[in-house]
Amino acid sequence: MVNFAQGDLMMLGAFVAVTLIGDFGLPWVLGLLLSVLALAVFGYLLDAFVLRRVLGEPQFAIVMLTIGLGFIFRAVAGLVWGYDPQSFPTPYTGKSLRVGEVVVSYENFAILLGTLILCVVLFLFFRRTRLGIAMQATSQNQLAAYYVGIPVKRVFSLVWAISAGVAAVAGILLAPVSLVQPGMGFIGIKAFAAAVIGGFGSIPGALLGGWIIGIAEQFAGVYLPAGFQEMSAYGILILALILRPQGLFAQIQRKKV
Amino acid sequence: MRFLFKTHYNQDIDHLKHGGDRFWYGLLLVLAAAAPAALGTFYLGELNLVMIYAIAGVGLMLLVGYTGQVSLGHAAFLAIGAYTHSLLLGAGLPFLLSIVAAVLVSALVGAGVGWIALRMTGIYLAIATLAFAMLTEQTISRAEWLTGGFRGLAVPQASLFGMPLTQGWQHYYVTLTLLVVTLLAALNILRSSTGRAMVAIRDSEISAESVGINLAVYKTLAFALSAGITGLAGALFAHRLGYLSPDAFTFLISLQLLLMVVVGGVGSMRGVIYGALFIGFLPQLLAIARDTLPPQIAQAPGLEPGIFGLILVLVILFEPQGIFGRWLKIKSYFQLFPLYRRATHRRQKTYLRTERLR
Repeated sequence: MVNFAQGDLMMLGAFVAVTLIGDFGLPWVLGLLLSVLALAVFGYLLDAFVLRRVLGEPQFAIVMLTIGLGFIFRAVAGLVWGYDPQSFPTPYTGKSLRVGEVVVSYENFAILLGTLILCVVLFLFFRRTRLGIAMQATSQNQLAAYYVGIPVKRVFSLVWAISAGVAAVAGILLAPVSLVQPGMGFIGIKAFAAAVIGGFGSIPGALLGGWIIGIAEQFAGVYLPAGFQEMSAYGILILALILRPQGLFAQIQRKKV
Repeated sequence: MRFLFKTHYNQDIDHLKHGGDRFWYGLLLVLAAAAPAALGTFYLGELNLVMIYAIAGVGLMLLVGYTGQVSLGHAAFLAIGAYTHSLLLGAGLPFLLSIVAAVLVSALVGAGVGWIALRMTGIYLAIATLAFAMLTEQTISRAEWLTGGFRGLAVPQASLFGMPLTQGWQHYYVTLTLLVVTLLAALNILRSSTGRAMVAIRDSEISAESVGINLAVYKTLAFALSAGITGLAGALFAHRLGYLSPDAFTFLISLQLLLMVVVGGVGSMRGVIYGALFIGFLPQLLAIARDTLPPQIAQAPGLEPGIFGLILVLVILFEPQGIFGRWLKIKSYFQLFPLYRRATHRRQKTYLRTERLR
């Protein structure tokens, strides 16, 4: 199952957080937890009512469906919250951390820390818990998972809930750095690039892929003419697909007959 | 119900199976040829656009509907065709030659993309084509010495057999002729061994490979064909636009092309025409719908992509085979009356299985 609307879920998460914290004046931590919860519930319901119907259809249908959903989310967010970029207040805005020579703003530090915590939690979840292993089994073979008694439909809904919740966290972490607007989900395409470079289904791979793309973009912005910064992510993606299509940490191998 | 009595093997691969087919398609052709006499300039222009969409749709359908390769980047081929055509036309090449060149260049780029895409399937392919489209868009907007970047590129006036193409009806006939030629070519490819190989790849790559189909050759070929035909549509599209700029070929256009294929019905050439009609006249319908909606919703800037998304979702959920599939169901309902059963058209489900080994 692949979600082309992930970036847009992230955008929704950021908007919900802006509404809860900025407009309703909830404390920051409470607002964060509530918006992650809201997005998780949204993801669960989205699967239960919409995506479950295409289970068993060709993958093409799922790709198209999530692309369509992404467009709907963007239009709805534009209707509800408008197209003006909004800033996102955090308790740590404007402060920076000094480690020796390097100055890191707390916003970037929060992204770093949040990503690390998230990765560790997800890694442990998929390795250690019954539910996480059931999810892996479902992703490997739906029918076989069903035969061994995994409630595949509910597992799918839970996967969507987790993925939407994670997207909300990403949105909240990103919001202070880039402004909150309906188009912010386009970074999701770069996230895809990261996942593909690292190899689908591998969390360290996704981290490394994201790191490569981020570094390359910064270097291209400094050392190459204008325009290469936007192109570098896609260029690297295509290069990676030519040289090592299975990803740096390959988990998928060609099927032998 | 009609029963065909076949007396010759060639009847199996005839395009028009029986007298009814010949009559209705003949009538359609006559009507299409007579349209400029009956329609005003505006609707003729819209019909022209629909046919351009249809040509691009034929290209995309060969790839998506018959070879089973998803492409999210066909706007790039449209752009390559459009830019190549207008640049060559500006350099003084005759109209027909420049169109042929546009087709060849797009096909060549398509073959390149296809070759890269060989090792990828499904989602990877979709992402790679998306990345390719983004790269193309960026390249066009940055290569100002060639394409004019965001300042745009004026499409030169074309002339055919010494006659300048200025009127709407002239463009209409050019597009109509090319559409008919493209459709016939695509249908002929599909009933040749190349087309059969492509369909075999769509249905199962492994079994196609097992019966001796060279996957690399046929996938690259399918990409090249598809890109070439889309490039042809791009060349015609350039004349329709009159002024080229990179933001005429965004991801939304790729999505529109895919939407056309999906709404029309994946895996049928008739579906392309239905889809093109749908996409072509949707903006008009939206404009009418806008008048009835409350202004704060109707004037929202992102409404159109949202509606596209909504239609895409609804079609995939409720009629995965598109308009053509619905037409088949209605037809068989009346043919089999009162014995029609819904289960006749139920698709077999295939459950996702990845080849992850760990």
